[in-house]
Amino acid sequence: MTDLPTHWARLHPLSPIVHAGRLLGALAVVVGLRQVGSRGRQPLWVDGAAVGVALVGGLVSWLVTRWRIHNGELQVETGLLRRQSVRLPLTRLQAVDVVRPLLGRVLGLAEVRVVVAGHGSSRTRLAYLGDERADSVRAQLLALAHGLDATTPTAPERPIIAVPGSRIIAAALLSTPVLLVLLAVVAAIAVAVVAPRAGLAALGVIGPVALTIGLGVARRVGAEWEFALAESPDGLRLRAGLLQTRAETIPLARLQAVRVLEPLLWRPLGWVRLEIDIARRRDHDRAEHESTTTTRALLPVGPPDLAHWLVKRLLPGASVDRPAQSRAPLRAILRAPLMHHHLAAWHDARYVTCVTGRLRRATVVVPLAKAQSFRWVQGPVLRRLRLATVHVDTAGRHFPGTALLRPADEAAAWVTDLPVLARAARQRP
Amino acid sequence: MVQPDLLPQLSWRRPSPRMWRARLLLLSIVAVPVVVVVVVVAAVAGGAAPAVATAVVLLVATAFVGSVLHGRYRSWRYAERDEDLLIQRGLMFRRVSVVPYGRMQFVDMTAGPVERVFKLATVQLHTAAAATDARVPGLDRAEAERLRDRLAALGEARAAGL
Repeated sequence: MTDLPTHWARLHPLSPIVHAGRLLGALAVVVGLRQVGSRGRQPLWVDGAAVGVALVGGLVSWLVTRWRIHNGELQVETGLLRRQSVRLPLTRLQAVDVVRPLLGRVLGLAEVRVVVAGHGSSRTRLAYLGDERADSVRAQLLALAHGLDATTPTAPERPIIAVPGSRIIAAALLSTPVLLVLLAVVAAIAVAVVAPRAGLAALGVIGPVALTIGLGVARRVGAEWEFALAESPDGLRLRAGLLQTRAETIPLARLQAVRVLEPLLWRPLGWVRLEIDIARRRDHDRAEHESTTTTRALLPVGPPDLAHWLVKRLLPGASVDRPAQSRAPLRAILRAPLMHHHLAAWHDARYVTCVTGRLRRATVVVPLAKAQSFRWVQGPVLRRLRLATVHVDTAGRHFPGTALLRPADEAAAWVTDLPVLARAARQRP
Repeated sequence: MVQPDLLPQLSWRRPSPRMWRARLLLLSIVAVPVVVVVVVVAAVAGGAAPAVATAVVLLVATAFVGSVLHGRYRSWRYAERDEDLLIQRGLMFRRVSVVPYGRMQFVDMTAGPVERVFKLATVQLHTAAAATDARVPGLDRAEAERLRDRLAALGEARAAGL
């Protein structure tokens, strides 16, 4: 049975409450602080009015928003003063994500996000639908996008990776900034015991830094909690989240680069992290809470074997095993003394692989078929050392391929060979 | 002090010689008032000898900047190959960019006020990668239009998806 509306339909009636939820949370904190601070003498009507306005706004937006499936398009109309009407051909649909914010989970609501390739505002949201409805709408939209009947049962998933929450916490805590802050706090406490005034001053300085880093750790743990990756015929499915959970399909065709990270502190435990870079437009494709620095991890923390297996699954025929002759030459140590022990780069007919990093080793694999341009750069120091750096630019924004400090003759050969190999790789099916 | 070509076998093209005149004009717009003001101040405050000394120092400095600008101007070159555009530039930091035509998102041609005076234009290629740095400045107007149209046609013919 299909439950996609062919006539105009509204979203779930509880949607305004979830929309106002964020404001409610913030207000609750403000009101709570004020009640504690002034022993209940502040008037509450201001806050009440703010909540009221938010709810009425949400209600109006709910009233004027409607959606349907018509002529092979997802059509969404919204807006009271500025009407906005989205017509989205289902054949151009790239992925459908289901996001559940905390309040939505309490009320049993979920947001369906439709991601399309191309320009303009590339994300259309149905916020919010009932929990089960969201999942079935997702499955049916994907079925229609693949030209199947909407009643086609969801493709079976095969779970491949599940990362326990405890390991996510341990991995987030085992980072250099956390360690440095802990050391600083311990040192400040030690000073405080000997000289209380100086110690307290030091703690006052460290406190905000510790808070910032702590929030970063909490955010990462919250986003990657109960991380699970599954394989299905339409691609890789990812599920994660502590308060707000998200279920997304990774559009593998838009994969620009893969990176394997080996932080210094994880090395005794034999853990690595695998991240991917996906072609996306600068601002439209990014959810509000996602900062520019977050990258999509396909393996937040796990054993190297699993990461290498994933690299091969994502990029068939790629390898992160360093071949002979791929290390940066010894003279490069004069230019990059702290990084030299990791520096390496090599390429074959389909992939460029670059290893960089001082404490944290980062191995980036760029498929040549995705290369947008190539740049060869040589400054005065590198010229003296007979070295050069080659950049392989991709449409991803987080980690381009950078072959640092290669011997000059090899770099020159790369600039001549890589464009030819890239063209061949693009034409290969 | 122009460096040997990284890829000498190609038929490289150069920006128009008028680009050097445009750069020279810009340099003199900045340098002449500075030299005049400083020399006059030195003459008023200290007399003839300091004025001559500062004038010599400033003129030598200007000549040095001019030679660097000339080297930079001379370093620009580009080559249209069958499948990609090559751009080489830089004196201290030498760069070579290779942009396959199929990767081009769009081409634009701009001409600033000084470039317009000298009937010059800059052609820039944009790909989906923000880091792509493919710009050819100081082209003769007709050559810029030819390059833009040719790149646009080739980009369309060889377009590849992301």
